[in-house]
Parts: sequence; C-alpha cells; structure tokens
Amino acid sequence: METLMDVRNLSVTYGRGAGAMQAVRNVSFTLGRERLGIVGESGSGKSTIGRALLKLLPTATITADRMDFMGTDLIRASERRMLDIRGARISMILQDPKFSLNPVQRVGDQIAEAYAVHHRGARREAREKALEMLEAVQIRDPERVYRLYPHEISGGMGQRVMIAMMLVPEPEVIIADEPTSALDVTVRMKVLGILDALVRERGIGLIMISHDLNLVRNFCDRVLIMYAGQVVEALPAGELAHARHDYTRGLIAAQPHIGGDRAPLAVLRREESWKRPLAEVQA
Amino acid sequence: MRLTSAGLLAFARQAGTILVTLLGLLVLTFAIGRLMPVDPVRAIVGEEADPATYQQVYEELGMDRPVYVQFARYLGDTLRGDFGTSLRTGQPVAEDIAAVMPATIELATFAILLGAGLGIPLGVWAAVRKNQPTDHVVRVVTLLGHSMPIFWTGMIGLIVFYAWLGWVGGGGRVSDFYDGMVDPVTGFLLIDSAIAGDWDVFWDALNHLILPASILGLASLAYITRMTRSFMLDQLNQEYITTARVKGLSFGRTIWGHAFANIRVQLVTIVALAYGGLLEGAVLIETVFSWPGFGQYMTNNMLTGDMNAVMTCVLLVGVIFIALNLLSDLLYKVFDPRTR
Amino acid sequence: MTAVAMHPPLPSRLAGLRSAADYLGTIVRHLAGNASSLFGLVVISVLIVLAVFAPLIATQDPYLQNLQDVLQPPSWAHFFGTDEVGRDVFSRIVYGSRITLTIIALVAVIVGPIGLAVGTLAGYFGGWFDTVLMRITDIFLSFPSLILSLAFVAALGAGLENAIVAIALTSWPPIARLARAETLTLRGTDYVAAAKLQGASSARIIWKQIVPMCMPSVLVRLTLSMATVILTAAGLGFLGLGAQPPLPEWGAMIAIGRRYMLESWWLVAFPGGAILAVSLAFNLIGDGLRDALDPKQRRGRH
Repeated sequence: METLMDVRNLSVTYGRGAGAMQAVRNVSFTLGRERLGIVGESGSGKSTIGRALLKLLPTATITADRMDFMGTDLIRASERRMLDIRGARISMILQDPKFSLNPVQRVGDQIAEAYAVHHRGARREAREKALEMLEAVQIRDPERVYRLYPHEISGGMGQRVMIAMMLVPEPEVIIADEPTSALDVTVRMKVLGILDALVRERGIGLIMISHDLNLVRNFCDRVLIMYAGQVVEALPAGELAHARHDYTRGLIAAQPHIGGDRAPLAVLRREESWKRPLAEVQA
Repeated sequence: MRLTSAGLLAFARQAGTILVTLLGLLVLTFAIGRLMPVDPVRAIVGEEADPATYQQVYEELGMDRPVYVQFARYLGDTLRGDFGTSLRTGQPVAEDIAAVMPATIELATFAILLGAGLGIPLGVWAAVRKNQPTDHVVRVVTLLGHSMPIFWTGMIGLIVFYAWLGWVGGGGRVSDFYDGMVDPVTGFLLIDSAIAGDWDVFWDALNHLILPASILGLASLAYITRMTRSFMLDQLNQEYITTARVKGLSFGRTIWGHAFANIRVQLVTIVALAYGGLLEGAVLIETVFSWPGFGQYMTNNMLTGDMNAVMTCVLLVGVIFIALNLLSDLLYKVFDPRTR
Repeated sequence: MTAVAMHPPLPSRLAGLRSAADYLGTIVRHLAGNASSLFGLVVISVLIVLAVFAPLIATQDPYLQNLQDVLQPPSWAHFFGTDEVGRDVFSRIVYGSRITLTIIALVAVIVGPIGLAVGTLAGYFGGWFDTVLMRITDIFLSFPSLILSLAFVAALGAGLENAIVAIALTSWPPIARLARAETLTLRGTDYVAAAKLQGASSARIIWKQIVPMCMPSVLVRLTLSMATVILTAAGLGFLGLGAQPPLPEWGAMIAIGRRYMLESWWLVAFPGGAILAVSLAFNLIGDGLRDALDPKQRRGRH
C-alpha cells in the first residue's frame, strides 16, 4: 500500500528552558490509504498531533526526525508551501460545528471558500462544487441549506457541512479530530456513515483522533494508544482484544459489554512508569 | 425582518423606554433652567426697569404659574420646535445653534476619521501581536491617551506645532486674512471653499483643522484601539479561526476576512459611541482653539447664564446621545445574522 | 448556631481573610508586585504626601505675588517658573494637590455609598422601584459626564463646592448600574435563598451578603472613575466653572496660563503634567485592582 505520511519521533514542546512542557513525545507512525485511529484521554497529546502535522501550533516547537507527506518534508516546508498543502492535500475536521464554523458567513459560502482558496478565480465553480458536496453528505435541499447561517442548522447538519468543507478540495489525507464527540448519540452513527462512505470511495487516508475506544475499534484499521504524550501501543484494530500494554488492557476492561458478566468493571489504572520514555513503538 | 406580534411588542417597549428617557431628559433640562442663578425677567427688561414692567414680563413668561404648568408650557414649546430666544444674542436659539453646529461637525467628523482610521488597524495589530513589544507600546499609548486632559494636550500641541515648529495654523477655523472670504453654503469650510474654487482658503482651513481634529482624534483613538484589540482577541481564540487556517487561508486573510468580519458590527457601535464622546472633547478643544462651534457656544451660554440657550444645548446633547445609542442597537440588530 | 457556613465564596486569593486590614494588606502587596500599578501607587502616595505636608514642601506662599519676577522660566529659585503675577508655579502645584485630593476624596465618599445603595436596592427589590431608578440612571448615563457637570454647575453657579456636587451627580450612575447587575446575579444564588429561609431580613441579607460580594467590582470601577473625575474637575476648572481664582487648582491654572502659553510653556506644561500623572495613576491602580480582585475577569479583559 502506498505510504502517504511517514512520521518518525515527532515531538511538540511548549515553552522553553525549565518550564518546558512536552505535549507529544517521540511519536512515530506511517499512514497509507487506510484508517488510523489515535486514542487517548484528555491531555494525552492526541489532538496536538493533528495540529502539529498541519503546523498550526504557533506557540509550540515541533521537532521530528521525519515528518514526510508524499515526498514533502513538512518540518522544513515554508509557510507558503504549507498554505498550498492545508486544505488541498491534508485537511482536518474539527469537533464542534457550533464553534468551528464562522458565525457571520453562510455555510455554503464557507464550503465554497475551501475550494476557491486553491482554485483562483473559480467563483462559480466553487459554488457548484459546494452544492455537490452538500448533496454528497446527504443534505437534502442543498440550495436552501447553502444560504443558511451556522446558528440556523442542527449539530448533525453542521458536522456534515464541516465534512463537506474539508472534502471539497479533494485532499489525500484527512485528520478527524473528535468528529462526533459533540453530536447526539443518535446522530453520530449517521455522520460516521457518511464519512465512512466518502473516505472509502475517494481512497483518502484518515487519521481518526478520539477518546472513544469502541468507536475507533469499529471504524479504523489500525490503532495507536496514547498516554502522556507517548504512543504506548500500536496494533491492528482487530487485535485489540489481545493488547499487551497494561494501559490498553485497562481501557478495554473498562468498557461495558451487553451480555458480559455482571461483576463491577475494573477501574482504569494510570501508572507513573508509563510516563517514562518508551522504546520506539513502530506502527 | 418579519413583522411578528412579538417583534412589534418588543419595538413598542423599546419606543416606550426611549420616550420615558426623553421625558426625563426634558424634566432635567427644565430643572437646570429653573435652577440657574440668573433672573430671566431681569435679563429681558434690564436693570433699570420699573416694577410694573417687571411684573408684566414676569406674567408673560408664565413665571407666576405653578411649576407643572410652566413645565407643560416648556414641553409644548419644545415639541413645536420653539426653543426660545437667546438672552445673549437676541436670536432664536435654534438659529444660533444651526449656525455653530457645522463647525463642530466638521471637527468631529475629521477626528473620528482619524481615530477610527488609525485606531482600528492599530487595535487589530496589537491583538495579533499580543504581549509582544508592539502590543505593549500600543497599550501604553492608549492608556496615556485615556489619561490626558484633552485641553492640555491641545495646548501642548499648539505650543509645539504652531509656536515652535510653525507647521499648522493657530486658533480659529481660518487665519484672519481669509475670514469671511468664502460664502457659507454648507457651513463646512472645506466644502464651501472647494465649491467656490478658492483653494487658498481651502488649504488654510485644512491647516487650522488638522491640529484640533488630531487631538480630538487621539482621545477617541485610545478608546477605539482598546476596544478593537479586545474584540479581536476574543475572536482569535475561536475555533472557526482554526478552521479557516486548516482550509489553507493565510494568516492575513484569516484576520481580515474572517475575524474582522465578526467584529465589524461591534466596531460600528464603538465608533458611534466614540463620535458621541467627541462632543465632550469638542467643548474643551473648541475653547482652546477658539473654534466657533457648538461646544464653545454652549460654554459661553453657561458662563453668562443664558437660560434658554443652556436648556436647549443640554437637551440637544442628550438627544444626540440617545439617538447614537439607539443607532448602535439598531445596527447591531440589522447586521448581526445571529440576532435576526 | 447552625452548621451551614454562611460566608459567601470569596475569591480564592482572599478566602480566609477576616479583617479589613488583612484585605487591604493583600491588595497593596499585589499592586506593589506589578510595575505599572506600583507606579500608580507611588504617584498617589506622592500626591497624599504633597497635600499633607504642603507647607513644608512648597518653597513659597502660593498666593504671594511678586511683580518683579513675572513669567520667569523654570530655574533653581522657581522649579516650575513663575506665572503672570509672579507666583511660584511649583508651590501652587503643591498646594493644588490639596484641592485635587479633596475632590477625589469627597466624590468617592459620596458616589461609592450612594451608587452601591441605589444599585443593590434596585436590584434586590426589583419591581417599579427598580424601573424608576433605572430610568433615572439611564437619563444620567445618556450624557457625557463633562457636559452634564457643566449643566449642573451652570444651574448651581460656579465654584469648587458646586463643581464637586456636579461631578458626584454624574459619577454615581455607572456605579449604581454595576451594583445592580451584580445584585441581580447574586439574588438568585443558593446562599441568599438559604439566608432567607433562615429568616434573615432583607436589610441583613443586602448588608451582609450582597454588598460584600459587590465590593470588588465596585471598588475597581470607583478607582477607574476617579481617573475621569480628575479630568472632569480639571476641565471644569479650565472653563472657569470650577475652583475660582486665586485658588491654585490645576485646571484653573492652565486656564489662566493659556494667555501666555505660547511664550511661557511652563505655565501650562506642569499643571497639566500633574493632572496627567494622577489620572494615569488611578487608571493603573484600577487595572491592577481588577487583576487582584476579579481574576475571572482576566478572560474578558485581555
């Protein structure tokens, strides 16, 4: 399988000197045209990775041995180069459409802008593409929804708009940062289904960042488990039941099963020792 | 905006509030007028008038009637547009005010153009460079501008830029040489001289306008910059800014295209309020620069105790302020899609 | 008496402090730690020192005219020069600090309690009482303070006392508005409800629960208002409607000096500089207080 991204020893540090804090430590992985899940609790650094890949962390220092995207060295890439890459080649779906959409701009125009940024002077074409994408994310009556403002649409619709916006320039890699966490449970499956279909039919490489292990387990091909900024385990989604690291096993044991035994679930343990730098876990 | 019963009710309630405020304003101005330590009868009849004449004028003015009757009379007069005659000039107050207003409007408009034209970009710049040296400089400058007695700044300006450097004209709207040369068509010297094609007067007027307008502008700049910075910082923390960057928009386009679009309405409100605040500064600046505008007119009336004029001036200022507040509320409702 | 603690939740930094002296000490320490508010504190302290020890610090009698020494530029004999009748400008400024301090103190003492009282009562009792009071404050707020003060002075006649009254009349509405807003929020809290259930009278609740919680933001606002009060007072003095000559009020000094200012810049520069310094100081202290007393405002303040 073609490798889209190759990341080796990615680290993100905030601050300098004595007060420096490492949000991400020596994370390595590769991504092909497949789905990679990154699971962790708050503070594990999972969301930071997504932004680091797009170099959207102005206050942090990003270092890596390698951060390669289809032949381009992202670490050394200039801001000009990154402007071309963001959106058009690598995109990111944010968590909550209540906040991630511009409140004073019509949603259709926001989608169209995502296209127009990378195709100069194609105003009408951008509008057409936006309407096409609105249909692709199964929004009925795209003409009407195009003209709505973010506060006039529901959460599920908003997230579909976000998906449309991030897919319209036809990127190769999409980072989905907690794409369904802000949605009602009933709507989640629908939105995920739409994302699933689109990613599959376009052969897009997907990095799914989530705190929901179950979700990632069912949606992704491979999974990275993160704790305190490090990858503590990496394995195919199907083999999660046979995870070896104690933290992963703890996460799995904490999931309730319908039809499972009635004993109290084990409390998730967090060991200090897991914070110490681990040998490289290759994924 | 659709015409719903709820909408009409809200409108009616707001209209009611404004009417009550206006009424209160009228009570206030009436009280001020009555409290003034100047005898309006004496001012009309003069010192040597005999008791009979005094009594006659006293009754004419309605001073023998109870207070609420006098107030009703004042109310009636005001609603009809009769603001009385100035005790000082003998002209109807309304005419006097109309004569001096353009000078102040010219001054205030220039000042707000400077204040907003410089203040908004400065505020955006400071927000984008938060906590860096630029930001600190801007904050210090706005703090100083906020703490300076504006009349003092005007005077220092005159000393430095007029007396020492000779870069600008001195007091007044034009040099004595050009005084009265141009026909007052609009009352705005710059426009009038341009219409007349008299460019010497135009440049002279501009020369005299630039310093007081700049000083006034500085005062509003402090406020506008600070508010713009604050609004901008609020926006920069929002998620949709990240979305814009993710789409591949440059930082500049994100700031001006997205963040700025979200503060536009708030900025209009701020500028409207700042414009009103300029009225206060104008009172002081006009005195310093001998600028024959509304501010100086009002001050003179207060010093001489010209009752009708003072009451009308105070009323006018109050009405302007209420109108500006109303305008900003309205602009907010019209331009922010979230409130529709 | 009861197991339920009735203390309102003070900001964490001040929790556990009881006496007013403790409170004050913490605030001063916090202000002193920050460069800009320290500057403010220093300036105000200097002002107080000048006012209290004026006879010792001034080099001359501020009213002493010396027609031989008219309009002298700054020198060792006259630090800030002399004015048009030969009075020593430095000494006048020193004695003028007394006037400034009097204005600030009187206005603060009038405006603080009245604004607080009106605001809390209006907010707590609501109803038509609230509406009436709010309409009144609206009318006052619909004016820029200088113009309203001008109008009042015009009505009451020129002079320092009237100027103070006029300024006080224009300064209380913002305080009242603020106190009312805070009261409205506090009125619905659980501990106020608990106090009511215990049978506490309205007066007791307002005095013991609501007023202490309003104090921090009211104090901040009051301090910031003082910065404007000084400017307004100077403005009134400049226009001839405040302190009357020969009182060495800084604004009035500028007014008189205006006639000679193009040649004798010191007549205008030093009094104005003093006004600027004091106004700036109050602004800085007010900002510092806001950080000290209302840390949750940090998010909104930037």
